[in-house]
Amino acid sequence: MTDIAFVRSEIAPAMPAPRRVTGILAWLQKNLFSSVTDSILTILAVLFLLWLLPNLYGFLIGRAVPPGGTVEQCRVENVGACWAYVASEIEFFIYGFYPMAEYWRPNIVFAMLALLGLPLLIPKFPFKIANAVLFFVVFPIASVILLSGGMFGLKYVPTEQWGGLLVTLIISVVGICTALPLGILLALGRQSKLPIIKTLCVCFIELIRAVPLITVLFMASIMLPLFMPQGMTVDKLLRALVGVTLFSSAYMAEVVRGGMQAIGRGQYEAASALGLGYWKRMGFVILPQALKHVIPGIVGNFISLFKDTSLVYIVGMKDLLEAVKTKNDAIEWAAPTQAISGYIFAAAVFWIFCFSISRYSRYWERRLNTGHKR
Amino acid sequence: MASFDSAQPAPQRTFSLNDPVVRGVIYQIVVAALVILFLVWIINNTAINLRAQNKTSGFDFLWKTAGFDISFSLFPFDRTSFYWEAFLVGLTNTILVAVIGIVLATFLGFTIGIARLSSNYLISRLATVYVETIRNIPLLLQLFFWYFAVLKTMPAVRNSIQLPLDTFINQRGLFVPKPIFDDQFIFVLAALVVAVIGWIALGRWAKARLERTGERFPVFWAGLGASIVLVAIVWFASGASLAFDPPVLNRFNFKGGLELPPELVALALGLTIYTASFIAENVRAGIQSVSYGQTEAAQSLGLKENDRLRLVIVPQAMRVIIPPLTSQYLNLTKNSSLGAAIGYPELVNVFTGTTLNQTGRAIEVISLTMLVYLILSLGTSALMNWYNARVALVER
Repeated sequence: MTDIAFVRSEIAPAMPAPRRVTGILAWLQKNLFSSVTDSILTILAVLFLLWLLPNLYGFLIGRAVPPGGTVEQCRVENVGACWAYVASEIEFFIYGFYPMAEYWRPNIVFAMLALLGLPLLIPKFPFKIANAVLFFVVFPIASVILLSGGMFGLKYVPTEQWGGLLVTLIISVVGICTALPLGILLALGRQSKLPIIKTLCVCFIELIRAVPLITVLFMASIMLPLFMPQGMTVDKLLRALVGVTLFSSAYMAEVVRGGMQAIGRGQYEAASALGLGYWKRMGFVILPQALKHVIPGIVGNFISLFKDTSLVYIVGMKDLLEAVKTKNDAIEWAAPTQAISGYIFAAAVFWIFCFSISRYSRYWERRLNTGHKR
Repeated sequence: MASFDSAQPAPQRTFSLNDPVVRGVIYQIVVAALVILFLVWIINNTAINLRAQNKTSGFDFLWKTAGFDISFSLFPFDRTSFYWEAFLVGLTNTILVAVIGIVLATFLGFTIGIARLSSNYLISRLATVYVETIRNIPLLLQLFFWYFAVLKTMPAVRNSIQLPLDTFINQRGLFVPKPIFDDQFIFVLAALVVAVIGWIALGRWAKARLERTGERFPVFWAGLGASIVLVAIVWFASGASLAFDPPVLNRFNFKGGLELPPELVALALGLTIYTASFIAENVRAGIQSVSYGQTEAAQSLGLKENDRLRLVIVPQAMRVIIPPLTSQYLNLTKNSSLGAAIGYPELVNVFTGTTLNQTGRAIEVISLTMLVYLILSLGTSALMNWYNARVALVER
């Protein structure tokens, strides 16, 4: 038996040292040059960046005319972005035709939005209930009084004079704050066992979701006045608000319904077994779980709503995009890069808002991720 | 087991306001009554308003002469055409830009979605930057950018920028060579149809043989080869010829070729770039939804890389990708209505814009426009439900 056993009689030769898996070279090898195709792609990407970045830098900074520059500087050959134009028209982009002497009023509204809105978004901040009451009840009333005036000795400013970022923010904040509750109600209606309510909600949701926002806005701006009793007019801004809110709530309803369908039957049955009525069952058991599931969808809707506010331009509202587009035709700043600079500015504003909202939702997803970690 | 003989008969239902069924009925009656009252109120107001404005209603205006021109249409349209023809022009223009956008956005979106998952650091970062930038900027702004800031600042006609393949771009749009098919080309088309049908039949046969004998047949390569040979033979035998009519710069404008107006180019470009960023995210999510265990299981079954992707990974990923992909197609079609803002004569521009302004029939025009989009959407969702039912996981 012993002769089939193997006993090594000499020391095995040393194996070569393992390949480095840390350090810059190993990282490059793994992430950029792992195969021939990979290397070709990397080289193409580097060439693309070498072409793009210097041009981008030159256009945005290097050859650009900084704020405070003159039109003549913007009119030279091969000039970069004309930031001087953006800086000189920035007030119009923010306030539109709002009277210049009254700029402090929108400013206070902006400040209130930041001071009341941001603490609401920070979970650790105390006084949540008082804060919410201030934000959802006091803030809208105060804002309407401040912005339109006509009382307390404030000069009356009709909504036709509101414009720019102010209008964009008003439409999106009001839209976001009203579309979610409305969407939840619609989703509850669609999931309801009562046939008439269910049919109404399904019809509304499907009809709105099937048509483009523009047609809804056209309907709000052209048909709404026809629907109203004679002599009663609806403010143009309010019409746009109604259109945007109704449109957004239909999408929100579908997102919320998705979340509700992801909740197991057991939760409904358990809540009923505890003797909870319909509203308590939904409010305390189903919706908290359902909404948690669909935060990405809800925030996605908020972002599209924010972007969609730019469409009110088509029905003649004066939002940020309209302000930029109007000034892009201004003769006194006519220059080769005038339009591009204006649009880049508007794009940057929209991008900063949308990107922050999406980052904020990532934060909430992580925070609420209780027990679903892989 | 206890016997059920002792079970009591169900208690008699007594009418009570605390009964959920009774309450449900009452709620519904209240809601229905409110909705009906609201509708009656609206209809009544509308009738009064229309009478006060001396407006008539009805769809008879469709058979009246439109009296306006449309800058771009696929079939002849002029001032003497009827409103229903204007409606058709708008509809075909919407469909045209939607089809172009869908095809291009699918290619771009799949490329970028796959690039986002690339193990190559640079490529995946570039794709991420693309998606995060484009998704967070309103489409209307992007359309304005392409139209007013890029295409409208292109050089004048005489200084047109020449691109490869006899293509020119200038302020008036994109000029591409126009393919001219002669009469014999019908045979080539017929051969192409036959080839495709043959290819599908070959696939069926190969699958049946695979299931019977276990032997495989290279359907793709055999089908491709046979199709090319067939089409080539018919092409030469029938003597069909395909000529290209390139755009040639005259003194003032291009002659010949196919002229794509800048509105169409800007809209197609904007829709493609915008929608591709959403499609890319759907594709990424779909591929990531197939767990790595599936790859390992396929490997342990001895499937080759190609088969592993074709038979295991892609079918499962597509099940996740297709539903949101369809809704992106639908979004693209609906978003094409933004062409109205840059003057592309699509449905909303021609109909809800010009026609509404000229006829004043707000209710008819807007309902007809909404109806078109409604039919498109409902048709797509019906198709989607059929597809979903077909590919849904069969569970116990």
